[in-house]
Amino acid sequence: MLEVKGLRKVYRSGNREVEALRDLTFTVDNGELVCLVGPSGCGKTTLLRCVSGLLDPTAGDVRVDGKPVDGPPPGMAVVFQEYGRSLFPWMSVRDNVELPLKQKGVGRARRRQLVEQSLDAVGLTGTASAYPWQLSGGMQQRVAIARAVAYEPQTLLMDEPFAAVDAQTRADLEDLVRELWKRLGVTILFVTHDIDESVYLGQRVVMLSTSPTVVQEELAIDLPDQRDQLTTRADPRFIQLRTRVYEQIQAAKRNAVH
Amino acid sequence: MNVVKRILLAVALPLILFAGWYLLSAGSESFYSPPLEKILVAFGDTWSLDRLRADVAPSLLRLFAGYLLAALIGIGAGVAIGMNRRLRATVEPVLEFFRAIPPPVLVPVIMLFAGIGDAMKVIVIVFGCIWPILLNTVEGVRAVDGVVLETARSYGVNGVARITKVILPSAGPQIAAGLRQALSIAIILMVISEMFAASNGLGFTIVQFQRSFAIPEMWSGIILLGLLGFVLSLLFRLAERRALRWYEGLRAAQRQS
Repeated sequence: MLEVKGLRKVYRSGNREVEALRDLTFTVDNGELVCLVGPSGCGKTTLLRCVSGLLDPTAGDVRVDGKPVDGPPPGMAVVFQEYGRSLFPWMSVRDNVELPLKQKGVGRARRRQLVEQSLDAVGLTGTASAYPWQLSGGMQQRVAIARAVAYEPQTLLMDEPFAAVDAQTRADLEDLVRELWKRLGVTILFVTHDIDESVYLGQRVVMLSTSPTVVQEELAIDLPDQRDQLTTRADPRFIQLRTRVYEQIQAAKRNAVH
Repeated sequence: MNVVKRILLAVALPLILFAGWYLLSAGSESFYSPPLEKILVAFGDTWSLDRLRADVAPSLLRLFAGYLLAALIGIGAGVAIGMNRRLRATVEPVLEFFRAIPPPVLVPVIMLFAGIGDAMKVIVIVFGCIWPILLNTVEGVRAVDGVVLETARSYGVNGVARITKVILPSAGPQIAAGLRQALSIAIILMVISEMFAASNGLGFTIVQFQRSFAIPEMWSGIILLGLLGFVLSLLFRLAERRALRWYEGLRAAQRQS
């Protein structure tokens, strides 16, 4: 279980203080897929960096299965938004996926198996020896997902992973995430600014306010488990839910203006 | 462009210059600038295998020793300085000062400490060519993308692997730029250190020829030096292209998008 309790982050530079996160509390159960959505500039990335142990919070804490996070936890993998910068261009696709496994001390045969399986799982069979920059943006993000999957995490954090790919690729990748989540049983925390995406993907959507950020509302997504780009998005319930999320985000923005 | 055309373009100008020199100097009566024909004959006579072994080999050995040492120290220290902000703030002004000293000035000083043997020459080469390597490495390490570093951290790529698999390759293009500059400095210092005090070596031999008025031989030595520098930089470029193939590809890909 992933618990975020009373999380606060204040950036200091000289005399200026910027309060990015004010007070965030939410939990993600094991095996759950939760989307975090908020207006742009609401500190989503700061939150994710605190959760992944890359950034120390000013107050509050993050726990994974009861253990406080004070550095990147071993059972957690992150898919960053900037796939072009997060994949190492000096390594082939295979080496990119394999390096974290080597660091974890996974044996050679098992490594090879994991690399192959995860590349198959994201639909990149046969690209192992290519360099990331030889692939399209969508394929690069698939490599980043394969790297995360091969790491065999209990928790997968995704930071606006599809913000930089085109709409059709994005739909494919959304379905890929749902499929992998179901197959692997991982816990996923998916950060996005795209309201439709959050409703389409999540079992639950946590809406954030504008910065300084608090949790605006949580909403259970009671859509059928089997989702499909055509029927789900045309489902009246989907439209109700997305309207609800949209209203909350708008309300959050209005509150910020006053 | 096909390969033949590229090679033709590359060698055209040197050939023209050589031909020009040959023709213009053909009837030269001047003692100091003899006809190229005479120089070429002297070249063949002078640079026999024995001579190459006795004079060129020691020069090259000192060059490689100094250059490799400078590369090791420069890259090692550069990584440490580039990764540590406080260390960088402390040592950077000093580095700039040392870099500003023209290395030949130090030859007499280093001679006082290290004598006139091979050690002195290697030290001169190290001292002269370490700066571009060091400073470029520092810059390259500093410029490593934050997302790259965070990715490495979140996937547990720490310690030695963080340096060898992430930081060094990422800084590679800039380190290579430093190494390239350093190579030409190393060649210059190899010659200069041998001109001051030596009993063998290319620089020593050329000065010997000049002092004994063996002018065509002197010129042939200079040509040999030029060829040597050319071959070394060619070898360097080949190695660089191999090591940084990913970088060329990445840049080409970025230009397209």
